[in-house]
Amino acid sequence: MPDQMSSIPAKINTGDAVIEMTDVNKWYGTFHVLKSINLKINRGERIVICGPSGSGKSTLVRCLNGLENHQKGTITIDGIGLSSGLKAIEKIRRDVGMVFQDFNLFPHMSVLQNLTFAPVWVRKMPKKKSEELAMHYLKRVRIADQAEKFPGQLSGGQQQRVAIARALCMNPKILLFDEPTSALDPEMIKEVLDVMVELAQENITMICVTHEMGFARTVADRIIFMDEGEIVEADNPENFFTNPRYDRTRAFLAQIL
Amino acid sequence: MQTHTQNEPMIFKPLPVQAPPLSLVGPIGWLRVNLFNGWFNSILTIICIAFLGIVIPPLLSWAIFNASWVGDSETCREASGACWTFIGNKIQIFLVGPYPSSETWRPFVAGMLLLFISYGTALRLFHKYLLILLWLLFPFIAFWLINGGVFLVVVDQSRWGGLMLSIGLALVGILVSVPLGIILALGRRSEVIVIKSLCVGIIEPIRGVPLITILFMASVMMPLFLPENLQINNMLRVQVGIILFSSAYMAEVVRGGLQAVPRGQIEAATALGLNYWKMNYLIVIPQALRNVLPSLVGRCIALFKDTSLVIIVGLLDFLGMAKAAAQDSNWLGYDAEAYIFCALVYWVICFSMSRYGRSIELRGATQNQ
Repeated sequence: MPDQMSSIPAKINTGDAVIEMTDVNKWYGTFHVLKSINLKINRGERIVICGPSGSGKSTLVRCLNGLENHQKGTITIDGIGLSSGLKAIEKIRRDVGMVFQDFNLFPHMSVLQNLTFAPVWVRKMPKKKSEELAMHYLKRVRIADQAEKFPGQLSGGQQQRVAIARALCMNPKILLFDEPTSALDPEMIKEVLDVMVELAQENITMICVTHEMGFARTVADRIIFMDEGEIVEADNPENFFTNPRYDRTRAFLAQIL
Repeated sequence: MQTHTQNEPMIFKPLPVQAPPLSLVGPIGWLRVNLFNGWFNSILTIICIAFLGIVIPPLLSWAIFNASWVGDSETCREASGACWTFIGNKIQIFLVGPYPSSETWRPFVAGMLLLFISYGTALRLFHKYLLILLWLLFPFIAFWLINGGVFLVVVDQSRWGGLMLSIGLALVGILVSVPLGIILALGRRSEVIVIKSLCVGIIEPIRGVPLITILFMASVMMPLFLPENLQINNMLRVQVGIILFSSAYMAEVVRGGLQAVPRGQIEAATALGLNYWKMNYLIVIPQALRNVLPSLVGRCIALFKDTSLVIIVGLLDFLGMAKAAAQDSNWLGYDAEAYIFCALVYWVICFSMSRYGRSIELRGATQNQ
């Protein structure tokens, strides 16, 4: 769908923050990975995070569902604090889907089982209903005919689409993407991006770490540029690409565009 | 070579597929590749064929053509070959040891049940959960049948023996030590330092001593430390010893498998909202076990064979009964037959376990292409 890549209307800013990060700091040993991050993301907002490798963008995203712990500051997801105990974190994780760079599908389960597994075991959904749901999302990512196969039998692009469908099956309020196309062969990047562009039209909050600037330009409400563990600037695509405020951002854009 | 003009693209035509040269396929090809691949291999092959030619005919005539198959000790003495009659006469001793003759139907029923469950397992007749239930229930049913109690006459455990005892010790050993090994392996990887040290403290000392030592400790030393009224019977102590020993090894095998599960699998499961136990039960352990299935089956086979060590603490297992049977004054001089029979039975059981393990592996392999 080539025309989808060109125009998606900007979301209306309702001012309803679904993610709030206040003065978040994180260290790996003595290495300061995240430095005083302050970020508010509104419900339904589509955020793209970019930056050079080692800038802390993946770490930031992984802090949002507690895959990494931050040591200072507060993160609040839909009103629940991420530091308020294991039960709270598990509740948050149920509502925050994640798509990884390496897909991380479960190799010992069929595609269908990969999708039904979390709804059944975490949401206690009846098996039959979860299968209907799974088939619905497999159709959405255009891969329904592969439901009985195992992940190892699919191409990288297909696996990543399954991974997206798996995250959607939990009906998440927030969807995190951690470099979803970086491990793919060039021929397969488009099929995954197409699915993500379609998703961006739904009322789901998307936070996507990616270097695909075409995608960022098309779908993002805001692009966040990070370097050295800090948010250097955050702006809408128009301003970000045509008139970045910082020289660091300009240097980065000059390198990747 | 076509000449390339600027505007028209050249058409790519793949070369046709050709059959491999005849010298590589068919029986001749097989012989060449496997038996006569170079002069050194050819000489080895010829020597081996000559050796087999010398050994096999006398072996066959002893074991089959000149053997005595039916009758009593008289017919055996007349035959120049093997005395299989001896095995036939002593079969009860081999299978159940000194178990009372009037009650042998009970271990027989248990044995049939075991065969039925094994058969169903191998052919995948049962649903996954039923299969687990059957294997968990079987030891209790078998114990009730063999030991007696409700509705049945109690048979003292000093009269248990033979193949029944070997299989019993091994089966309970496997069924308990695999889950225990998994728990120990998970514990060893735990981030909670107390749990981790506890598991290391169990695994390492046990792995550091031979099974015989543990059996001696369980059988001879433990009663010395326990008060008079707390004595546990010998067989149970030996069984616990076997379980502890095997668990430590299973734990190390499973730990190897756990380490091979990619970190991303744990992250993906965590991100979906699974708690620690569900994540391990549904995602990590199935993959870990699949990774180490060959060594796990190997440990089970080793455990079954190790049960023959219980003879040194006074239990009469299969091998022990074979030895005892060969000392019967009516049937002197048939040790070879007894041990060959033992070896054959051990081999059939171990080979079946090995094949079953292989079939699970292959089933997994089709998923991991």
